[in-house]
Amino acid sequence: MEDEAFTDINGKSISLDCQSHSSLCSEFIVSVPKVSIGKVMVYTCCVWLLAYAVFFFTENTAVLSSAIFITLVGMMLHIHFVKVDHESLLVIGSLGIQVSSSYASGRETTTFIEMSKIKDIVINEAIYMHQIIYYLCVLLKEPSDPNAVSSVVPLFQSSKPRLNCLVKVYKSCQEIISKC
Amino acid sequence: MVLKIFFPQCCNRADSGLLVGRWISSQDSAVVLAVIHYPFIPGHVKQYIQQMQAKSGVELSVLGSWSLPKDGQEGMESFLRDLSTIFPQERWLQINREVGKMGFTCDEEEQEEEEEEKVIFVHYEQRKVMLSQLHPIENGVPDPITAPLSELRQMFQTVANSQPLFFLDRYDDGPLKSTHWQTEGREASIIVELSRCRDAAHSPSLFSLLYFIFRIFSLYPLRFLSSKLSTCVQLSYRTEYMRLLSSPKPAAGHTQFMRKANIVVSFLVDVALGMLLIWWLYRDNHITMLANTLVPAADHVAKELDELLQWLMGAPAGLKMNRALDQVLGRFFLYHIHLWISYIHLMSPFIEGILWYGGLSACLGLTFALSLLSDMVALLTFHIYCFYVYGARLYCLKIYGLSSLWRLFRGKKWNVLRQRVDSCSYDMDQLFIGTLLFTVLLFLLPTTALYYLVFTLLRLLVVLFQGVLHLSVDFINSFPLFAMSLRITRPYRLAEGVKFRVLCEEPGTALHLLMEINPLKCSAVVQTYRTPTYSCYPKDSWAALVKKLFVGELIYPWRHKTTKTD
Repeated sequence: MEDEAFTDINGKSISLDCQSHSSLCSEFIVSVPKVSIGKVMVYTCCVWLLAYAVFFFTENTAVLSSAIFITLVGMMLHIHFVKVDHESLLVIGSLGIQVSSSYASGRETTTFIEMSKIKDIVINEAIYMHQIIYYLCVLLKEPSDPNAVSSVVPLFQSSKPRLNCLVKVYKSCQEIISKC
Repeated sequence: MVLKIFFPQCCNRADSGLLVGRWISSQDSAVVLAVIHYPFIPGHVKQYIQQMQAKSGVELSVLGSWSLPKDGQEGMESFLRDLSTIFPQERWLQINREVGKMGFTCDEEEQEEEEEEKVIFVHYEQRKVMLSQLHPIENGVPDPITAPLSELRQMFQTVANSQPLFFLDRYDDGPLKSTHWQTEGREASIIVELSRCRDAAHSPSLFSLLYFIFRIFSLYPLRFLSSKLSTCVQLSYRTEYMRLLSSPKPAAGHTQFMRKANIVVSFLVDVALGMLLIWWLYRDNHITMLANTLVPAADHVAKELDELLQWLMGAPAGLKMNRALDQVLGRFFLYHIHLWISYIHLMSPFIEGILWYGGLSACLGLTFALSLLSDMVALLTFHIYCFYVYGARLYCLKIYGLSSLWRLFRGKKWNVLRQRVDSCSYDMDQLFIGTLLFTVLLFLLPTTALYYLVFTLLRLLVVLFQGVLHLSVDFINSFPLFAMSLRITRPYRLAEGVKFRVLCEEPGTALHLLMEINPLKCSAVVQTYRTPTYSCYPKDSWAALVKKLFVGELIYPWRHKTTKTD
């Protein structure tokens, strides 16, 4: 278990956890900092003050109840669909690669890509507005032409770690993939 | 090379015995299907495996031996090794497990000496994998050279096709005792067996009668009418699918089975909703109430149209209309409305009877009631449709005349042969009359345009209402209710893929993974299993529609798609 101080492309600190289950299988978990209670309170207070101001002018209590309802529903949707808690990559030699992201509400979405479809794992560069960022991606083979790349699956899209973290993951992945 | 062994979870605690399964040797993996226990006669085992291979079509073989020594059962090692000579195979696996430890060890006997191999054990739940279907569904046999089946697909197919192997288990009185998923309990299998036998033909008589009626409708004079009335279209759609269902052949393949199941379930839900509607409609004199509000409602609509026309005949919105044309058009439409209202009043004693019998059609399903409602709305607003057609035709002629005379005004002509505008020299009198007519048409344009605008808006309103009805009918027809409920109650049956979890490891043992089924997303379920219908969808894009409205062409915004055949 290793834990160094990594950051993502915006400077927020993230943590990387590498677990090597065997010489054929290792797992990498990138965790993003959780929802901060201060931010939640600031947003809620803003929304409710606004609702109270509207109520002050219109004298309609539906405004207040709808503000409460909207805040609750918005928070629930945010933690269930938007806020990612950690993303993990499980590499199993000669079987495949499993990519999963788990959200703050506990929901997990998983995708498994078989080894026969994988051409390679590489670090790519991309121009993102005014920055050039690096991202780790899986290149998939075209079934008819084994030398062509049919599609690119980017990894760690929500946590967006920086190059030092990506290089670590890349080295371990290549060790496993090149063995089989 | 890495050796992957797919091991069923039900055999984790099985007594020692022989492993039966299949080698997927292109990828160096083995799928273990069952464990046959001692004592057995090798001849019987070979015969049994050959029988199972013939029945199921899966290349079964003895993979190796499994040992879980209980108390007082030592010294099995040499016995197990001797078994490999009785069953000559290319590869022989020897999987050992000790009570109290979680990990397995696997040794392999090889013909030649090679470097040490790595082994991965993938545990899977046999019953779920047997019942599940991987998506995207691949029908037919793919060409093994260009597109080999992926390893997971082969594994799923192996387990699904090996059903004959799972009939006898260790609790049966047979020559062989084996352990597989059935040893965990047999209740589920009875239900599965029963449900698999239910392809009985549904009551064929009712539907052959309906089909016969439908056949009459496709005779020439009635065909036009029946294609316009949505009730007839719905009837033909339903009878076609019922014929499909009542064929005595069982469903071939997963897609066919799901299609049939979806049709049956949506039909049942339809009829249930229809019954609910009937129950609501026929109590407390709702029908009389409806009939009593219908005629005054039609009167009210006619009165509103009257007032609208009077307003148009005056100076609507401050525009100055051409008095004579205005009066002509206004009186023409007023007379139409008068005719229509007399017709409605003539029909009014029969309305209640019509509604009563029409409501009975809901016993065939809610979709029929909705289609009937849509047809009735179309018939009741027929006068609006007529007005729209008159207004549109007048307007279209006017625009056509105007554009042609405008070209004359500029000294140009439309060349039909070359499909372009050419210059042309006109005579003096041609120019004179042309310009006169152009001016006349131009100054009459606002009047016609206004009438056209008003009636087009009314027509669009009716079309919108009908569109909503058709959309809900289409939704009831095409939504795969069975597939969706299967996804919610038994998510392992519709699999998008798999997911792996690393089981707790002990040092010195091989890697153990647990393979679970990743269910299909709900949106993918709807997309894959949608029943194709004759759905109404917009014929033109928004831009084309607006252009047609501007020019005055008649618009029929919904077009019926013909039913696709598989």
